Amino acid sequence: MIKLFSVKFYCYCADKCVFLYAYDRDALLTLQEKQKEDAAVANGTAKAKQSPGELRLQKDISELNLARTTSIRFPNGKDKLLQFEVSISPDEGYHKGGSFVFSFDVSPSYPHEAPKVKCMTKVYHPNIDLDGNVCLNILREDWKPVLSINSIIYGLQFLFMDPNPDDPLNRDAADVLQKDPRTFAANVRRSMQGGVVGGVHFPSCI
Amino acid sequence: MKRVAPPGVERSRWRDLDRLLLRSGNLVGPGFEPGEEVKEILHDMLHVLVIGAGGLGCELLKDLALTGFKKIDVIDMDTIDVSNLNRQFLFRMKDVGKSKATVAAERVMQRVHGVSVTPHFCRIEDKPPEFYQAFHIIVLGLDSVEARSWINGVVCGFLEYEDDGSVKQETIKPMVDGGTEGFKGHSRVIIPSVTPCFQCTMWLFPPQTKFPLCTLAETPRSAAHCIEWAHLIQWGQVRGAEVFDADVPEHMKWIYEQAVARAELFNIPGVTLQHTQGVVKNIIPAIPSTNAIVAASCALETLKMATMCSTGMSNYMMYMGAAGIYTHTVAYEKDPECIVCSAGVPVAIEESTTLEELMQQLCAQFPEKLATPSVSFQGCNLYMRGIFEEETRPNLAKRIIDLMEGATSGVLIVNDKKLHGPLRIQLSINAAQAMQT
Repeated sequence: MIKLFSVKFYCYCADKCVFLYAYDRDALLTLQEKQKEDAAVANGTAKAKQSPGELRLQKDISELNLARTTSIRFPNGKDKLLQFEVSISPDEGYHKGGSFVFSFDVSPSYPHEAPKVKCMTKVYHPNIDLDGNVCLNILREDWKPVLSINSIIYGLQFLFMDPNPDDPLNRDAADVLQKDPRTFAANVRRSMQGGVVGGVHFPSCI
Repeated sequence: MKRVAPPGVERSRWRDLDRLLLRSGNLVGPGFEPGEEVKEILHDMLHVLVIGAGGLGCELLKDLALTGFKKIDVIDMDTIDVSNLNRQFLFRMKDVGKSKATVAAERVMQRVHGVSVTPHFCRIEDKPPEFYQAFHIIVLGLDSVEARSWINGVVCGFLEYEDDGSVKQETIKPMVDGGTEGFKGHSRVIIPSVTPCFQCTMWLFPPQTKFPLCTLAETPRSAAHCIEWAHLIQWGQVRGAEVFDADVPEHMKWIYEQAVARAELFNIPGVTLQHTQGVVKNIIPAIPSTNAIVAASCALETLKMATMCSTGMSNYMMYMGAAGIYTHTVAYEKDPECIVCSAGVPVAIEESTTLEELMQQLCAQFPEKLATPSVSFQGCNLYMRGIFEEETRPNLAKRIIDLMEGATSGVLIVNDKKLHGPLRIQLSINAAQAMQT
């Protein structure tokens, strides 16, 4: 006669005994078989789990509070939120009248990690370099999980209202702004109209 | 060459294990029945998966095999680099360039008689959830938050619930996690729905230190600043659209050379190729003894879990080797509203209920939490406020059961301005009674 024996599978948590599995040898075999069957049935139909980043983005996006000067576009539709574009058209400041597109790339571990943001429009700006890198503190060293997509968009709008020549990413633009704001304003206008500033050609963004 | 253990060797071989499994003691777990049967289950039935075959993974595989686990799988996407050889002791010079999982599996089988290790040379994301479902215990030797977060989502996704909202215990898949960073390390036991999952304690992982871009561009003060400048700014300016790959030696050498030139310009010492790799890949030098200590703790917890020969750790052990040998263990608590592992609030609706009616029902049920909800199911946004409101509005009049493609239960994710994080709703649909009467 086969001796049936049982091994119970428990674990301890916070002084509380939690029952995990109790199985005898046959039951364990049956469990394994059943799992194989389940796997065969489920094969191909199992939906991909949503990452915490996507779940949090759903919240951020449904609560977006965009200014008139801002618009957002999801090239992959409402169910793929991790990549999108934000377009900012400042209605004041040096860049008034221009339209600047930023790409957002959000990682599955958002908001543990900040989104990667780049400026897709070539822009003459002390805090944005000609490759589209953006120097905004909350995108790097000052990112906190309590911040949101909304906070980043505010930050980007602020960059256009108040370019900061003290922490430059485009040194030439920063120097001009510091020494001669009127020349800076003229340079910005020329760049937005599709002109050449400092030997660099800027496609029109008006 | 087939090696057969001489008679008597098999018995003496597990002598240490026998002390734990063949007799009782005052530390044993509830339900522990000492005897040959426990050993048999440990050797022949339990199937464990080791994720990662790097510094921790090598130690884990060796420890688990020598502890008596005989059915082991190992998964790792990496190949062996010469810099691994100081601590990843299963690898030799001739293995450089080969799959870590494959070589580790072969080496363990050569050295530990009777163990079967199956390698998987791929990304963890390449395997479907069913792959992970097939193991009794999953042991993690990973080095990134992303990978931990991914497997955590999969394992917590296995949880199913009874109608009263309690978890079905056979759907709990236990994990043991190890992690090291220089002289520091941790091991922890994750029993989804019982102990905190990774997401519950995400705050334990410090965010990566990042330097302001303008500092890199204008006022570098350290070797790391010069390296990050070459990596984040100079690469894009000079090599344009070419995608940087830290695993291509030429790319790394280029970054190193650019960083050296910049460091000379600003008179900054300390840029080396090794430091460049460290900064770019965010590597903190690995200490072999830390790996050994953490892996040993993980293997022991796995053995306890498998046999109940002792009560398990509760639930997070921290080791700080730079400060001394003292380790402390903390029983962290679950986040009751965790978006990954919490059961969610049980809500029952009728088959005829529409999305709009459900939303009204939820707002009435949770007036302090919900006012303007958005709802999604399995990654599909059913109704979303903001820019997708118009697009998703037609769903309001549809029946939930149709939106869930016929499923009669499932987890809905609800967002609301009043909530800090998403609310999980454990939805069950009462089938129509009309058919029977």
